[in-house]
Amino acid sequence: MTGQPAPGAAAPLIAEAETLKSARPASLWRDTLSGILRQRSAIVGIVILGIYVFIVIFADQIAPFDPRVSMLGLEDNVKKQAAPCIHLLGCAASLPEHIFGLDTNFQDVFSRVVIGARISLGIGFAAIGMAIVIGGTIGAIAGYSGGKTDNILMRFMDVLLAFPSLLLAIAIVSALGSSLLNTMLAIGIVSIPIYARIVRSSVLGAKENDYVVASRALGESTAGILIRRVMPNAVTPLIVQGTLGIGTAVLEIAALAFVGVVSLSEITWGSMISIEFQRLFTAPHIILAPGLAITFAVLGFNLLGDGLRDAFDPRLNR
Amino acid sequence: MTRFIARRLLVTIPVVFGLVFIVFALARLIPGDPCRAVLGERATDVVCDDFIHRYGLDEPIPIQFGLYLGQLSRGDLGESIKHSQPVTELLIERLPTTIELTILALLFAVAVGIPLGLLSAYRHNSPIDVGSMIVANIGVSMPVFVLGLLLQFLFALILKGTPFALPASGRLSSGVEVMSLVEVWHLENVTGGLRGLLDFISRLYVPTSLITGQWGALGDTLRHLILPMIALGTIPLAIVARITRSSLLEVLGLDYVRTARAKGLRERTVVLRHATRNALLPVVTVIGLQLGGLLSGAVLTETIFNLSGVGRTVFEAITGRDYVVIQGFTLIVAILYVTVNLVVDLSYGFLDPRVRQR
Repeated sequence: MTGQPAPGAAAPLIAEAETLKSARPASLWRDTLSGILRQRSAIVGIVILGIYVFIVIFADQIAPFDPRVSMLGLEDNVKKQAAPCIHLLGCAASLPEHIFGLDTNFQDVFSRVVIGARISLGIGFAAIGMAIVIGGTIGAIAGYSGGKTDNILMRFMDVLLAFPSLLLAIAIVSALGSSLLNTMLAIGIVSIPIYARIVRSSVLGAKENDYVVASRALGESTAGILIRRVMPNAVTPLIVQGTLGIGTAVLEIAALAFVGVVSLSEITWGSMISIEFQRLFTAPHIILAPGLAITFAVLGFNLLGDGLRDAFDPRLNR
Repeated sequence: MTRFIARRLLVTIPVVFGLVFIVFALARLIPGDPCRAVLGERATDVVCDDFIHRYGLDEPIPIQFGLYLGQLSRGDLGESIKHSQPVTELLIERLPTTIELTILALLFAVAVGIPLGLLSAYRHNSPIDVGSMIVANIGVSMPVFVLGLLLQFLFALILKGTPFALPASGRLSSGVEVMSLVEVWHLENVTGGLRGLLDFISRLYVPTSLITGQWGALGDTLRHLILPMIALGTIPLAIVARITRSSLLEVLGLDYVRTARAKGLRERTVVLRHATRNALLPVVTVIGLQLGGLLSGAVLTETIFNLSGVGRTVFEAITGRDYVVIQGFTLIVAILYVTVNLVVDLSYGFLDPRVRQR
């Protein structure tokens, strides 16, 4: 998976021979995996994200109510903005059970948070995927061609990078219209330069290597060299940055939804807060639930990203 | 050094040009009728024809871009529909609140973040280190507006009635006023640019009340700014603390630090004089990069805390579909951001002689 030399390559040959003798049959995958699992933050990140992935996949089964349906008339003793009520924790049995309470429209907050995970995380994932593909292609072309092409492409990336990303995203979505697709596009576009830079620097580092020169001498096509010989070097930094990037994207989606450039009729964590934030003092649970959902999701991505970076960094001895 | 500065300046020019072009292009991407997108659905044909002609929207795109550049060079960012006021005027009027908030948040981030990072690195793997890094991790993961709301809930509701209670919104309590410089110094007959400058400074409540000795108002302003400052400053704080920590950790492992220790210098001198100085270099760059986040964050913070700065104006512009304001603000902030980072880069050249050589 990684094109990087195994850590500790500089160790004396004898020590290496010793380990080779005693070691299990080494595989790149297993090495990588055990490296990751040695990072405490990566494990915590994986656990948190695992829970979120589970929620996203089984959202329909987990959500106890339809997130768009008002409980008014469906249940007895329904109160607007009712506080969380869990029967097991001593909430009166006469009250309907809603573990995160109800919002101003008598909708079940827990169901909304669960369903909201889909859009909030899904767009983040899609946007970063798009940014990696487009940014990666730009970076690979720029790094491999060099010269004028490189200069023009990277200056353009500099310009995109010069905008504070949230503001550029706001400007893009408010120009294009407030659909989910445009939100994804906006977040993808503002993230492109980061990935272009990463891939470009990996390509620059790899393209003078002997094995690349050899492939060229053997008549391999440019595209073939890029994809098979050069790009594997960029995979590790892309995975690390992509993981951190999804976290940032989730924050940006929340912010876009909060300021109202994402249509408030979509159920996202940010829009849930946007609709209700004036009621902070009377019904804090409506804001707290989606707020913590965002925080933990981003925390998961950040921890995993940090852990991956440490695990892949050959300078840190393991 | 001169060559270094000149080269850096030359690289910036095309970037600024590109910024202007992107903002221009975005405005042309608005689907449908540009006139009705800006003036609203109910604009009549006569009004629209006039609008389209006035802004040269019937000209070819390259000419339109030229017109836009001309407009910008005169400091004209268009006119806000909602406020029926030039955007430039609107921004200048509301900028002081944002400047005050942003600077305070940055000071908070640096004043707390750097010592925290240094301490974490020096006491590597101690409870202080682990604890502050957990807090830093949560700090960068929490949206600005969620943190702001949590702070309001804690300090304005839970702690209400205690000495720790803080106001949740606005710049001043009702009844409190900051007298402007013109009023305090009786400069009513000053006019023109100087008057504009005085009025601008007067809207910066902290320095104004400080130099004119309005202590009551100063206290009130600061009390109103504490929560927004923490909300906005926490993400940069966490980033600054993390960079400071990893940078000092790296430097502490270098040979020259070992040498300094070996020659018997006091630990304090080694860490503070020898190591910290070099460790803070990367921190300078990171501080410059925080400005973009702070200005975007101001949109969220000012909205939550009801501060009528530039950020809140943008929020209102989004809800009111006042696109000209969004466009103007985006452009100004981007140019500001580029300028600050240019200054940071140049200061790096002064701080680190190696950069000049390249």
